[in-house]
Amino acid sequence: MKLVTAIIKPFKLDEVREALSGIGVQGITVTEVKGFGRQKGHTELYRGAEYVVDFLPKVKIEAAVKTDMLDRVLEAIEKAANTGKIGDGKIFVFDLEKVVRIRTGETDAAAI
Amino acid sequence: MKKLIAVLSMLALFAVAGGAGAQDKDKAPEKAAAEAKAEPAKAEAKADAKKEEAKGEEKKEEAKPAPTPNKGDVAWMLTSTALVLMMSVPALALFYGGMVRSKNALSMMMQVFVVFSLVTVLWCIYGYSLAFTEGNAYFGGFDRLFLNGTFDAAKGEFAMAATFSKGVVIPELVFVVFQATFAAITCCLVLGAFAERAKFSAVLLFITLWFTFSYAPIAHMVWFWMGPDAYTDPKLVDELTAKAGLIWQWGALDFAGGTVVHINSGVAGLVGAYVMGKRIGYGKEAMAPHNVTLTMIGAALLWTGWFGFNAGSALEANGTAALAFVNTYLATACAVLSWILGEAIFKGKPSMLGAASGAVAGLVAITPAAGNVGVGGAFVIGLGAGLVCLWGVNGLKKLLGADDSLDVFGVHALGGIFGALMTGIFNSPSLGGPGYVADWVTGKVITAAEYSISGQLWIQFKGVALTFVWSAVVAFICYKIVDLIIGLRVPEEEEREGLDVTSHGEAAYRM
Repeated sequence: MKLVTAIIKPFKLDEVREALSGIGVQGITVTEVKGFGRQKGHTELYRGAEYVVDFLPKVKIEAAVKTDMLDRVLEAIEKAANTGKIGDGKIFVFDLEKVVRIRTGETDAAAI
Repeated sequence: MKKLIAVLSMLALFAVAGGAGAQDKDKAPEKAAAEAKAEPAKAEAKADAKKEEAKGEEKKEEAKPAPTPNKGDVAWMLTSTALVLMMSVPALALFYGGMVRSKNALSMMMQVFVVFSLVTVLWCIYGYSLAFTEGNAYFGGFDRLFLNGTFDAAKGEFAMAATFSKGVVIPELVFVVFQATFAAITCCLVLGAFAERAKFSAVLLFITLWFTFSYAPIAHMVWFWMGPDAYTDPKLVDELTAKAGLIWQWGALDFAGGTVVHINSGVAGLVGAYVMGKRIGYGKEAMAPHNVTLTMIGAALLWTGWFGFNAGSALEANGTAALAFVNTYLATACAVLSWILGEAIFKGKPSMLGAASGAVAGLVAITPAAGNVGVGGAFVIGLGAGLVCLWGVNGLKKLLGADDSLDVFGVHALGGIFGALMTGIFNSPSLGGPGYVADWVTGKVITAAEYSISGQLWIQFKGVALTFVWSAVVAFICYKIVDLIIGLRVPEEEEREGLDVTSHGEAAYRM
């Protein structure tokens, strides 16, 4: 099992969710996050005061998937979240040790 | 808590003083009735007498009854009063609240809400009397403590207050409450300058002192006079004028409070920013407004409420009110455009905060001018105010070096000064202004030929200068007194955590 974490542009969330549903991913967790990468921040001006905003808003998606689905999941996210411009985000893949479905107590593959 | 008790005991002291003053109760209602009713009657009786002498007919005629208020005037003034209340709560609370950091949002709104209430109470106890009764050129008297004499319950009679037209009156209670909202919003305006760091109890004590020794006297100096009906005979003019407030005697024009409200509060704010010192992290940490949306809603409600403030200051529902209304409408729009144009040119992007600030700058600048200039004057004042105040919050702010958190000085004092001076120019009939009444006995308005722009400008400047210095000195002393008694600032830890939680035990936003 793998845990896929993707940082994407916020407006790409719907497309990514549709793409993942389309290939049979059962559930994802979404968090609004801030960060910086190569895209860098921007400056904001309030009356006389200028502030450099380093962190830009992004959306973090987390999905637990079976290992055999990993490639399709990565491809789906990559395709859906791509705009070709700087700041499209990154995907991180982790090994997943254990999964438990709280309601039934099912574990691992049965719980994903 | 101890400090709050100190504040309350101060209030109690005033209340006791008020109680003592109330012993004059027997005198006051009679005097009020005399002032309000006998004078107009006298005026008309004399006028009649003159006519009759000329005609050489009967010598005596029945004295006409005292004037009754016009229902339209009363309805308009009550509406205006409610509009000015809306300018403080919620408008100013939202305008200011949106500009502070989220951890101080409630603290800012709370200060506006409570200071508005506090000053309203003080106004009805002694403030109105101190500002709008006969005294000397600087302070009024104590005839109207606890609004004593404005309403005689036994006879069911209301005292009447003068307007700017002979024989036209409104119930004095309407004037009392209309002016109460002015006093209260002026005190609320000051709060923006030391936002995010002041102790709540210190704010209340400071406002109590400053209201008493700066707002009330400046209002008296600028606006108190004996009313048009008192001017019945050229011989009386000097005597009557000597009873008016000092700045009124000079002949300074301030339609709705450029000096009394905006310069007064802006200067007190700047002094506060100096005395309290900068916010922790000022210039290093980001202190961006947490919600410009709230600020925009606040500015929009201010614009709406300002019609009551400016057009209501005509005290009647008449042409002058209409002129003030249009000028308020137009100058504000002009200032929005000039501010964002300036921003776009000098800063690269026109901003919502800039548009909202421009609106307030325009409103401030047109305040002394509202019913005193023509529409052309409103164009110039509006366009100028946007640029002048944009400089006020940029170049001037850097020169001054104070952390005037929400630019009370840059917008209100500077806009007020600009408006007050421009009033002296564009009041001139030769520049499309309505001029001013040169002779209150006949009601004759000054002609274009007689109007001296440089002369009026000098008078306006004197009014501005006196208000500036008076407010600065009084504010400085009041801050120092409060600092000695309670201390002005919250401890550093509390400032870092935010005043919402540390001063009020609540949070504006929950995650």
